[in-house]
Amino acid sequence: MTQPVSPPRDSTDKVPAAGPAPAWRTVLFRADVRTLSLLGVLAALVLIGGITKPDEFLDTRNLQLVLTQASVIGVVTVGMTFVITSGGIDLSVGAIVALASVWATTVATQEFGFAGILFTAVLVGVGCGLVNGVLIAYGGMVPFIATLAMLASARGLALQITDGRTQVVTIDSVLDLGERDAYVLGIPPLVLVFAAVTVIGWLVLNRTTFGRRTVAVGGNAEAARLAGIDVRRQRLYLYLLSGLCCGIAAFLLIILAGSGQNTNGNLYELDAIAAAIIGGTLLTGGRGTIVGSVLGVLIFTTITNIFALNNLQSDVQQIAKGAIIVAAVLVQRRTASTT
Amino acid sequence: MAPEPPLLSMSGITKSFPGVRALDGVDLDVQAGEVHCLLGQNGAGKSTLIKVLAGAHQPDTGTIRWRGEAVTLRSPIAAMRLGIATIYQELDLVEHMTVAENVHLGHEPTTAGFVVRPRTARESTAELLTRLGHPEIEPGRTVGELSAAQQQIVSMARALSHDVRLIVMDEPSAALDPDEVDNLFRIVDGLTADGVAVVYISHRLEEIRRIGDRVTVLKDGRAVAGGLPARSTPTREVVALMTGRDVEYVFPPRPASPPTGEPVLTVENLSRKGEFAPLDLELRPGEIVGLAGLVGSGRSEILETVYGARKPDSGRVLVDGRPLRPGSVRAAVRAGIGLAPEERKAQALLMLESVTRNVSLSAMSRFSRAGWIDRGAELGAARAATRELSLRPDNPNVPVRTLSGGNQQKAVLARWLLRGCRVLLLDEPTRGVDVGARAELYAVIRRLADEGLAVLLVSSEVPEVLGLADRVLVLREGDVVHTAPAPELDEHRVLDLVMEGSPAS
Repeated sequence: MTQPVSPPRDSTDKVPAAGPAPAWRTVLFRADVRTLSLLGVLAALVLIGGITKPDEFLDTRNLQLVLTQASVIGVVTVGMTFVITSGGIDLSVGAIVALASVWATTVATQEFGFAGILFTAVLVGVGCGLVNGVLIAYGGMVPFIATLAMLASARGLALQITDGRTQVVTIDSVLDLGERDAYVLGIPPLVLVFAAVTVIGWLVLNRTTFGRRTVAVGGNAEAARLAGIDVRRQRLYLYLLSGLCCGIAAFLLIILAGSGQNTNGNLYELDAIAAAIIGGTLLTGGRGTIVGSVLGVLIFTTITNIFALNNLQSDVQQIAKGAIIVAAVLVQRRTASTT
Repeated sequence: MAPEPPLLSMSGITKSFPGVRALDGVDLDVQAGEVHCLLGQNGAGKSTLIKVLAGAHQPDTGTIRWRGEAVTLRSPIAAMRLGIATIYQELDLVEHMTVAENVHLGHEPTTAGFVVRPRTARESTAELLTRLGHPEIEPGRTVGELSAAQQQIVSMARALSHDVRLIVMDEPSAALDPDEVDNLFRIVDGLTADGVAVVYISHRLEEIRRIGDRVTVLKDGRAVAGGLPARSTPTREVVALMTGRDVEYVFPPRPASPPTGEPVLTVENLSRKGEFAPLDLELRPGEIVGLAGLVGSGRSEILETVYGARKPDSGRVLVDGRPLRPGSVRAAVRAGIGLAPEERKAQALLMLESVTRNVSLSAMSRFSRAGWIDRGAELGAARAATRELSLRPDNPNVPVRTLSGGNQQKAVLARWLLRGCRVLLLDEPTRGVDVGARAELYAVIRRLADEGLAVLLVSSEVPEVLGLADRVLVLREGDVVHTAPAPELDEHRVLDLVMEGSPAS
C-alpha cells in the first residue's frame, strides 16, 4: 500500500488547507471572509475609539479594563458556542453565573478560603448544567424551555441565598487576583483565564472527537444517531460544559467585583448568544467558531466602552447592539448563499 | 369531437428543479364526473404534477385549460377559486383548532366582513360531514383528537366547503383500514355522481380497478400513457408502462459459486406491529440479499429495525450468533453493521462538512487517542477509503454537498468501509443517482461483497434488486410473499407478486 500523497494544490483556494500544512498557512486559510470582516469591524471600532477619545480609549488601563470586562462574558460565550453548535440553546447562563457567584461567596463557603470559593462556583455551575442536560437529553425537553426554567429557578435561588444583599468577599488571596500587582506582563489574570478557555475551547471544538460529535449532532442529529454516535450523552455533556463555563465566569466575576450578588450576570444569555451569532456560529447548529465568538464578545465590549467614554447612555448602546446583530446576520446570509 | 371541452386539460407541462427535470412535457385530461387515476413509481413526477395543479408550483412551460379556457394557477388560492381542491397525503389541518374552524379556515362566515359567526360555521360543517357520511364527527371537536381517517374526512369537508369541481386525492387510502377505504369509495362515488371530477393517486392497483374510470401513467416525468380505461387494461400492461426502461442496467457478474460460510447476520422472528410480519433471514459473508416491494411494504422498516433504529415487537438480530441489544443503533454499529439510509441528506450526511469528516464520523476512535484526533491519519484513511470506491473528485477536503448523488452515496459507503463493518444495509442505494453512475455503484457494491461483506439491499427498482442480489425476498404489505434466487425471477413476476400478492406459479 502506498502512502497517500497530497495532490498538488490547485487554484481552488476555497478548499480548506489539507492535513499537515505550515502553521501560518493553516491560520491564513482558516481566516476566512467572515473572520476577516469581524476583525475589520473591530479595527474600525478601535479607530473610532482612538479618534473620539484618543487619550482615554488607547490608555493601557482602559484597554486592560475592556479585556477584563470581556473575560467574564467571553468565558460564558465559549460554552454557549458549543451548545449552539450542537443545535441547542442555553438561556440560563446569566442566572447560573448569579447563583454560582452568590453560593461561592456565602459566609459558610468563605470559611474554606480561596479553594472553597473556586470549587463552589465551578460545582454550582456544573450542577446546574447537569440538571439542564438531563432534562434536555434524557427528559426530552426542548432546550429553550428547560433552560428558561433553569433561568427562573436559579435566579430565584440566588435571591433566596442573598436575600438581596451584596456578599462581600473577605478572602485576600481572591481579591488580590484583581489587583494590578497580580498582572502578568501587564495582562490581568482574568484575561489570562479567558485566553486559556478560548484556546482550550478552540482545540476541543476543532481537534477532538468531542468537537466532531458536537458539530455532527448540530448539523444532523439523525445522521449522527445512525452513524452510531450517542446523541443524548453528547447533549448532556454539552450542557455540563456550558455550566462549567458559567462557574468559571462566576469566579472571575467574584474577583472583578469583590463580591457576589444575585443580580450578577444579568442578560448574559442575550450577550453570549448575540456574540456567538455575529461571530458566525449557526443558530440552527452544525457550524461553530470559537474565534468568531471571541471576536463578537470583543466587538460588543469595545462598543460599550467607547459609548461610555463618550458619555452616551446605555439606551443608545442597546440600539447599536441590535443594529449590529441584524447587520451581521444579513451579511452571513449573503455569504451563506454564495458559498 | 366532443361538444364540450374537458374540465381540465394540462398539456406539455414541464417543471425543473436544480439538477432534476421533474416533469418533462406531461399531458393530462380530466372530464367532469370521472375518477382519473394517476399511477407511477416513486419519483415519476406525480407529486410535482399535483402541486402544479394545486397552484403550489409554477410550471416552466405548458398550458393549463379549465373548461376550455387557458388559466394560470398563480397560487393555491387561485386554484381554489376555480374549484380545484387538493387533499395531500400529509393532511394540512391545524391540530389545535376545531373541526368547524378548520373546515372554514380562510373563508369563515362573517357578519360585516370580520365578525366570525361560529354557529353558522358549525351548522354548515355538520351539513358537509353528513353529506360525507360522517355525521358523528362533531364540528366543535379539536382536530387533534380525531383519528387519521376522521381527519381525512375533515380535509374533504374543507375541500367541499368551497364550490369545488375537481378534487385531487394523494394516496388517500394509505392511512386507512379496509372498512374506512370502503367509506372513502362511497364518498368518491357520491362526488362523481354530482359531477365533481376526482384525480386519484394510489399505488394499489386493485383500488384503481374498483373506482377508477381512466388511468394516466407517469414515468420519469413523462406521461407514458394517458386516459387508459382503468378496469379493462391488464395489470401486466400497466406494470410494463410504469417500469418500461429507456436504459439498460449493467450489473456486475455474480460469483461463480454461492457463498457457503457461516451466516454473519441472522434475523429471527423479527417483527413490528403494523409494519412487517415476523421475518427470518440469514446473510452470509459475500452474499447480497435483496428485498423487493413497494413503498409501504415494510422494506425500510425492516432495515431500520435490524439496525436498531426501531425497536422490534418480537424477535432478535444476531451477528456471528451473538444477539444484539434490541433497539440500539450503537450495539449494531459496534457489532459491525452499517446502514446507508434512504434519505442520504437527511439521515446520513453532514452537508456543511467535508468528505473527510463525513467519512470518518463512525470510525473516529481509529485515529484518535484520548479524544484527540490525528488529522493526518484521518485524512489518509478517508483518502484511502474514498479512492477504493473511486469517489470523485479525488479530494476528500471538498464539502460533501458539492458531490453528485452517486458520489455522496460513495461517501456513505466509505464511512462504513472505514469503520470496518461486515454487514451493510443499503436502503435505495441509487436514489437520486444518475443512470450513468449507477453501474459504477453496482460494481462497487458487488466488489465489497466479493471482499466478504454481507449486503442487505432494499430498492423499489425491481431490476436493480434482481440484477444485483443473489437472493430476493418479495414483500407485500409487511409479508414476505416469495423467496427465490434472483436468477429465477424476472421483473414482471416480481411486480405481479408485489402488486397483486397472488404467487402465480
